[in-house]
Amino acid sequence: MNRFAVPMAVFVALVAVLAIGIKHSPQKGVILSPLIGKPAPSFQLPSLGDPAHTVASQELRGRWYVLNVWGTWCVECRAEHQMLIEARDAHVVPLIGLDWKDDDARAREWLAQLGNPYEVVALDHSGNTAVDYGVYGAPETFLVSDQGIIVYKYVGPLTREVWKKEILSRLPPHAAATS
Amino acid sequence: MRTPGRARTTWLVATATVAVLLMSHAWAVDPTELPDARLQARYLALTHELRCMQCQNETLADSPVDLAADLRREVRDLLLQGKSDDEVRAWMVARYGDFILFRPRFSARTAWLWLAPGVALLIGLGVCWRIVRGRGALVDADSDPVGDDPRAQVKDARD
Repeated sequence: MNRFAVPMAVFVALVAVLAIGIKHSPQKGVILSPLIGKPAPSFQLPSLGDPAHTVASQELRGRWYVLNVWGTWCVECRAEHQMLIEARDAHVVPLIGLDWKDDDARAREWLAQLGNPYEVVALDHSGNTAVDYGVYGAPETFLVSDQGIIVYKYVGPLTREVWKKEILSRLPPHAAATS
Repeated sequence: MRTPGRARTTWLVATATVAVLLMSHAWAVDPTELPDARLQARYLALTHELRCMQCQNETLADSPVDLAADLRREVRDLLLQGKSDDEVRAWMVARYGDFILFRPRFSARTAWLWLAPGVALLIGLGVCWRIVRGRGALVDADSDPVGDDPRAQVKDARD
C-alpha cells in the first residue's frame, strides 16, 4: 500500500496537470496569434473592385472593421460566405476582404455568383500581407479596432455563433454608429 | 497458377514500385540556392528548424504547400538582407508565435519544457540509488555465516 503511495500521487498530479492543460487551452488545436493586442500590419494592395486603386491599411483606421482572409481555392470560404452576407446586411461592422493568392477573374466571378459581402477587397497576390498577419489557412478573420489594433482572430469558417459570441461581443456599443 | 501474363503483370508492378520509390528524389521540394555557401548552409539550417504552419509536423524545408514556399522565400530574402539567424527567427515568431519554432526558445514559459527531462533523470537516479542501497542493506542483514563446514549445513537441512 505504502509503496504505491508516491507513484500514485505522481500519476494523479500528472493527470491533473494534463487535464488542466487540455481544459484551458483557449481554442483546441488553434494556435494563438502573437498579433492580438498589436497594431494590424500595414499594407497597400490593389483593389479587386478597381485595380487602378489601392486599398491601404491607413485608410481603414479610425473605425472598427473585420478583415476576412479568403480565396476562391478555399473550400471552407464557401461555407462561411452566407454568414458574411448576413453580417454585411446587419450593418454593424464593415467587412474588408483580403483575397489571398488568388486569380482576380475567378475572385470576381465568385463574388458575382455568391454576392459580395465586402466593402472593399484587397488583392494579396504575393501572399506577403497574409504572412505579415500570420495567416496559415484560409479563412481567417481579424477584428481590428478603431485604433488599428488587432483585437481578435478567428481561424476557420465563421458561423453565426462565432460571429455573435466572438465578434459582436467585442465591439464597443458605439461601433455600429461610426461604421 | 502461374501464367506468362501474370508474370508480366508482377514484373510491371515491381518495376513501377521501384520507379515510384526512386522518384522521391525528384520530389525534393526546395530548389532554392543562395549565392554563397555559408548563406546556403544557414538557409538550410533555418528552414529545417521552422515549422510549416499549415501542415504543422513538417519543417518549411520539407513541405510542398504554398505557404511553406512563401515562408522559405521570406527566409531567403531576410538572409540576403543580411539578417542574423536570431533576427529571422524573431521575424517568424512575431507573425506566427513560438509555435513556428521546432526548437522552442528558453523562456519563463518554456523553462519547464527544457528542465523537465533533467529533473526526471535526477528523480530516476535518486530512485535507483535508493533501491540499490536498499538491496545492499538486505545483503548485510542476511549475512548469517554459512559456517565452517557447508556439508554439515546441507546435512542439517536434510534432516
